[in-house]
Amino acid sequence: MPAVSKGDGMRGLAVFISDIRNCKSKEAEIKRINKELANIRSKFKGDKALDGYSKKKYVCKLLFIFLLGHDIDFGHMEAVNLLSSNKYTEKQIGYLFISVLVNSNSELIRLINNGIKNDLSSRNPTFMCLALHCIANVGSREMAEAFAGEIPRILVAGDTMDSVKQSAALCLLRLYKTSPDLVLMGEWTSRVVHLLNDQHMGVVTAAISLITCLSQKNPDEFKTCVSLAVSRLSRIVSSASTDLQDYTYYFVPAPWLSCKLLRLLQCYPPPEDGAVKGRLVECLETILNKAQEPPKSKKVQHSNAKNAILFEAIALIIHYDSEPNLLVRACNQLGQFLQHRETNLRYLALESMCTLASSEFSHEAVKTHIETVINALKTERDVSVRQRAADLLYAMCDRSNAKQIVAEMLSYLETADYSIREEMVLKVAILAEKYAVDYSWYVDTILNLIRIAGDYVSEEVWYRVIQIVINRDDVQGYAAKTVFEALQAPACHENMVKVGGYILGEFGNLIAGDPRSSPLVQFNLLHSKFHLCSVPTRALLLSAYIKFINLFPETKSTIQEVLRSDSQIRNSDVELQQRAVEYLKLSSIASTDVLATVLEEMPPFPERESSILAKLKKKKGPGAVSSTEQEDGKREGGELNGGGERGADSTIAASNASTPSPSADLLGLRSSGPVSAAPPSAGSLLVDVFSEAGPAAPAAAVNDDGFLRDLEPPTESSDSLLAEGPGDSDSAPPSVVSEDPAPPMPQSDELLHKFVCKSNGVLFENQLLQIGVKSEYRQNLGRMYLFYGNKTSVQFVSFSTSVTYTGELQSQLNVQTKPVEPLVEGGAQVQQVINIECLTDFSDAPLLNIKFRYGGALQNLTLKLPVTVNKFFQPTEMVSHDFFQRWKQLSQPQQEAQKIFKASHGMDKEVLKGKLLGLGMALLENVDPNPENFVCAGVIQTKAQQVGCLLRLEPNAQAQSGEQMYRLTLRSSKDTVSKRLCDLLAEQF
Amino acid sequence: MIGGLFIYNHKGEVLISRVYRDDIGRNAVDAFRVNVIHARQQVRSPVTNIARTSFFHVKRSNIWLAAVTKQNVNAAMVFEFLYKMCDVMTAYFGKISEENIKNNFVLIYELLDEILDFGYPQNSETGALKTFITQQGIKSQTKEEQSQITSQVTGQIGWRREGIKYRRNELFLDVLESVNLLMSPQGQVLSAHVSGRVVMKSYLSGMPECKFGMNDKIVIDKQGKGDATVSIAIDDCTFHQCVRLSKFDSERSISFIPPDGEYELMRYRTTKDIILPFRVIPLVREVGRTKLEVKVVIKSNFKPSLLAQKIEVRIPTPLNTSGVQVICMKGKAKYKASENAIVWKIKRMAGMKESQISAEIELLPTNDKKKWARPPISMNFEVPFAPSGLKVRYLKVFEPKLNYSDHDVIKWVRYIGRSGIYETRC
Repeated sequence: MPAVSKGDGMRGLAVFISDIRNCKSKEAEIKRINKELANIRSKFKGDKALDGYSKKKYVCKLLFIFLLGHDIDFGHMEAVNLLSSNKYTEKQIGYLFISVLVNSNSELIRLINNGIKNDLSSRNPTFMCLALHCIANVGSREMAEAFAGEIPRILVAGDTMDSVKQSAALCLLRLYKTSPDLVLMGEWTSRVVHLLNDQHMGVVTAAISLITCLSQKNPDEFKTCVSLAVSRLSRIVSSASTDLQDYTYYFVPAPWLSCKLLRLLQCYPPPEDGAVKGRLVECLETILNKAQEPPKSKKVQHSNAKNAILFEAIALIIHYDSEPNLLVRACNQLGQFLQHRETNLRYLALESMCTLASSEFSHEAVKTHIETVINALKTERDVSVRQRAADLLYAMCDRSNAKQIVAEMLSYLETADYSIREEMVLKVAILAEKYAVDYSWYVDTILNLIRIAGDYVSEEVWYRVIQIVINRDDVQGYAAKTVFEALQAPACHENMVKVGGYILGEFGNLIAGDPRSSPLVQFNLLHSKFHLCSVPTRALLLSAYIKFINLFPETKSTIQEVLRSDSQIRNSDVELQQRAVEYLKLSSIASTDVLATVLEEMPPFPERESSILAKLKKKKGPGAVSSTEQEDGKREGGELNGGGERGADSTIAASNASTPSPSADLLGLRSSGPVSAAPPSAGSLLVDVFSEAGPAAPAAAVNDDGFLRDLEPPTESSDSLLAEGPGDSDSAPPSVVSEDPAPPMPQSDELLHKFVCKSNGVLFENQLLQIGVKSEYRQNLGRMYLFYGNKTSVQFVSFSTSVTYTGELQSQLNVQTKPVEPLVEGGAQVQQVINIECLTDFSDAPLLNIKFRYGGALQNLTLKLPVTVNKFFQPTEMVSHDFFQRWKQLSQPQQEAQKIFKASHGMDKEVLKGKLLGLGMALLENVDPNPENFVCAGVIQTKAQQVGCLLRLEPNAQAQSGEQMYRLTLRSSKDTVSKRLCDLLAEQF
Repeated sequence: MIGGLFIYNHKGEVLISRVYRDDIGRNAVDAFRVNVIHARQQVRSPVTNIARTSFFHVKRSNIWLAAVTKQNVNAAMVFEFLYKMCDVMTAYFGKISEENIKNNFVLIYELLDEILDFGYPQNSETGALKTFITQQGIKSQTKEEQSQITSQVTGQIGWRREGIKYRRNELFLDVLESVNLLMSPQGQVLSAHVSGRVVMKSYLSGMPECKFGMNDKIVIDKQGKGDATVSIAIDDCTFHQCVRLSKFDSERSISFIPPDGEYELMRYRTTKDIILPFRVIPLVREVGRTKLEVKVVIKSNFKPSLLAQKIEVRIPTPLNTSGVQVICMKGKAKYKASENAIVWKIKRMAGMKESQISAEIELLPTNDKKKWARPPISMNFEVPFAPSGLKVRYLKVFEPKLNYSDHDVIKWVRYIGRSGIYETRC
């Protein structure tokens, strides 16, 4: 197949593209593309080998289809095959396809990398360039990993062609920008720097971009480039325009290279070596000299190239800021440009001058151009140039020319563009303040400012005026007079009213002597503006009025009249209404002395940085400020979130606090004496809950009980008399049993522990009596049913029980018992209800004393009521993360209680689980990394507070001695709780 | 209320623009073009809201019709109007195409003036419109004629004028149905429904009263006679405005004074006991990564004496198809790369027959991990019966004023069942 005849023009491709372009509708286009795709697929099927030309053509078509926005999922292999072709065009299309459609498909990437590697080592410069371009175009991390080591070698190798070096430098630059960590220059550094000496200007241009980028990152390593760059620059600058042949652009020798060299030098401080420095200064002087020479060509390209170098040179001069001579020359040069025909040049000149103005050496020189700049501000047609001119005026302003500049800026403000007005206002305000010698001038200026551009005067500006007026008493009288005059204008800006209101309110007395500005005149003037103002201004004016009352007692009645009017005292705005009401009261009630104290003149403000300056900074550099602002925002957000949490907490607390109250009422029923048959509605909910759980305690029974109790004391006393009688008379064996509650039985503690993890069961049993317990707890309230079973066939008489709790417990618990029937038939069972309210956490248990007569003998036994603090647990479910976070929060030593103890029972996991569940806490699964461990979480609800508790039980089946050990750790927000719980629980396992 | 109506060609150039209300500005025209016609993604919703303005569009071949409003208008009404508008245009100048619209723009503006008044749809009955909007120049009408037109257009029977005379009283009735089906590969019907239309063409003299009867299940059951198996259950139906709805509601009888010429008497939909004319049995086997074997059998399922026509089976092929070999006993089959499908066409096929096609599809291995979605096999056909089972029982014509009776009217009835979306998953 004659490859020549087919050439580079691919007819098939051209036909396909023109077909697509001729499609009338989207549908037709899709049909055509589908057809072409099917055709290409049948060609790529692989049963017949395609020649390079067709492969190239089809890959091209695929590329075109992809660029039309359709997905391509094949053809990658063919494209990779094209890489191994020897024809330039085929290779080029292959690389093109890959750089457009590459995806991180591992096997293909390997093949592609292989192809690239072959080309890099092929010694054919065009192929090497293609490969390098592909690497740079893809620029992915994988590419960087594969070739970051190879490319520097190519770059510095002696036998590499110049064009390849150029590509290699730019490719390396690209890789360095995408993944700087992979491009390690280390050993190559000096050789790369020496590329600046290369014969080929193209190589130098490419290399200098790379060096600039690298030296910005690590300036020290590339320090040597300064002298090389200087010598290179001097060679270019001093060369005749014909010396560099290809690199002379419209009679300017190598403008791009010069610019880049100058920019590279801007990365470093002035060279220390005198010779180098001398040479550089010479270069810069030559550049400045050349700018004075008549142009060698009228073409715009010539002047553009020349000026580009010049501006870079000036930038470098400004950067060095050490050569007064050069700075002045640069300034003069720029001054020439200020009147140039080219708008761009004028813009650039103004911009550069702004930076020059800040240098001490050239400040004076810049100032000589003030007329030109002012002229530019007035006559320039381009708003961006005018903006620069304003910037420059601001920069060149000092005490000597402040008045002129401020006046010019003020006059310009009237016609200024809306977009720059606010900035202008800020600048004027700052300059006026900064360079004010005479504060009356300052006040005039600012009031003028408000008059001219009131809408653009931000709050900071007028705040500042007031601050300054208040702080400087020499200007106060003048200020009052001026604002008074300014306010007399028929239409004045709201900001003026604000300033006027404030200043007259403070210093109106200073001008009150003049009959033209008598107090009443002042007030009427202010009040005439009142209705045109917004709410904040009106509020300010109201404050000014009350100050008037203090300053001029003669206005009092007038002002009170105003304050009393419906439009003030009944204003729909709360702020205004409140002010009106308060001021009115204040003025009518308070004595003059009090008024004078309350409404004293404002004290001077503390000196601080002008808020206007901050505002200008904000306007100028949004980047600089935004980060702090963001932080603020974040903090605010955080607070907000925190607030939200707090809010939620407090509402929870509130709901918790509110729920007990009705139930407390319910429980307090009995103490409030006889009740009607129906339970109060407030507590009915809780009654329902309880009555559902417990079979007894209907409301009627409560009522009966109430009566019983009322009747009880006398019977009891008579009983006791009876009891005492025989006791005394025959001193029978039960004489030990006294009337007083017996001390708790020795086993009562043990009994108590039995009920730590369960709420129902038999509390006590002997031959006579069995006591069963059933209990329910809800938040900080509990109800316990005690069942007293008479095991004998003889009735118990004078059966009575009482619950006693002494000392500390009285403040911790509130227990109410309902009396039981004094008669218990043989074999019968009586029930007693005990209501318990937990006020705060407690560690002891109340005592239950039971007395009865069995066969004439007084029985008296005392048990501990099975109430422990864990009964008031409310389980809390939480995930691992939350649990450990809370665990860490409770890390103070007193918050933790830990015990290591031997297992007294077997280590059955299920039994342990059951016990922990009975404890009342939530048993948390999948929280502790060790599945053998148990963790629980719960909140103890007491009336006073809630105590969060976390528990961790670590069983150790094989301790040293072969004994089974536990380590129990409890953490809670209250130390006593941790301790008590730990003690309680240690007995359980 | 419709604020304006625009007609665009496929390029988005405005062919017709009629604004009825002031709240629609000229920029609405551009907004629709930019946001819908030239939208980067194809706009599939027929209603588009742009800047508080609603655009309702329908597309006929390459022509876009868009109704515009700023109010909260009844969307169904707007679309009904747009469809009617299409019908009217078709009745006047045939196919809606750019050229036809350009050639008839005066007529279209005239029509738009008549059928929309301040955005409120008016009489859009073609028959009535044709009496006073003609493609020929306005011939000066006599006073009587003019007053007759006025009374007719504003009268109770706006769709028919008086004094029509025919030598032969003829009546054509077509039952046109389209049957839609989605079937699982195993032959289970996943969804099926028939939407049908009864289209009439009447050439009757005077003001005849017609009565149309069909095997509606409710009517048959009410009469209590006849075989319940031959009746059909109609899910829902709509009628031409000439049908007396009160009578339909009370007696479920369809009586009407027909318009002159062609019109659509009713539309209906059934979902029960549908006769599926064809059954498609697909068999797809993937042989390795690069080959796919497809066998499709179609069975016709109706009386052997009937002939189905224009049968076309479309078998989708995977997106990485690189070659297809097709063998079929009957008809012609071809792989259409531009549509990514094998298209198998059979001219005619009698009932209770079977035919099959087998194809080998070669695939190009791709590095794409996506699996082929296997779109369903779709089918097109035309059969000379109603797949819903609808039968016309009678169509009586009474004209008491003129001296022709029901027997004198020549009536033609025809059934055509076409495929709607008739798909079988494979």
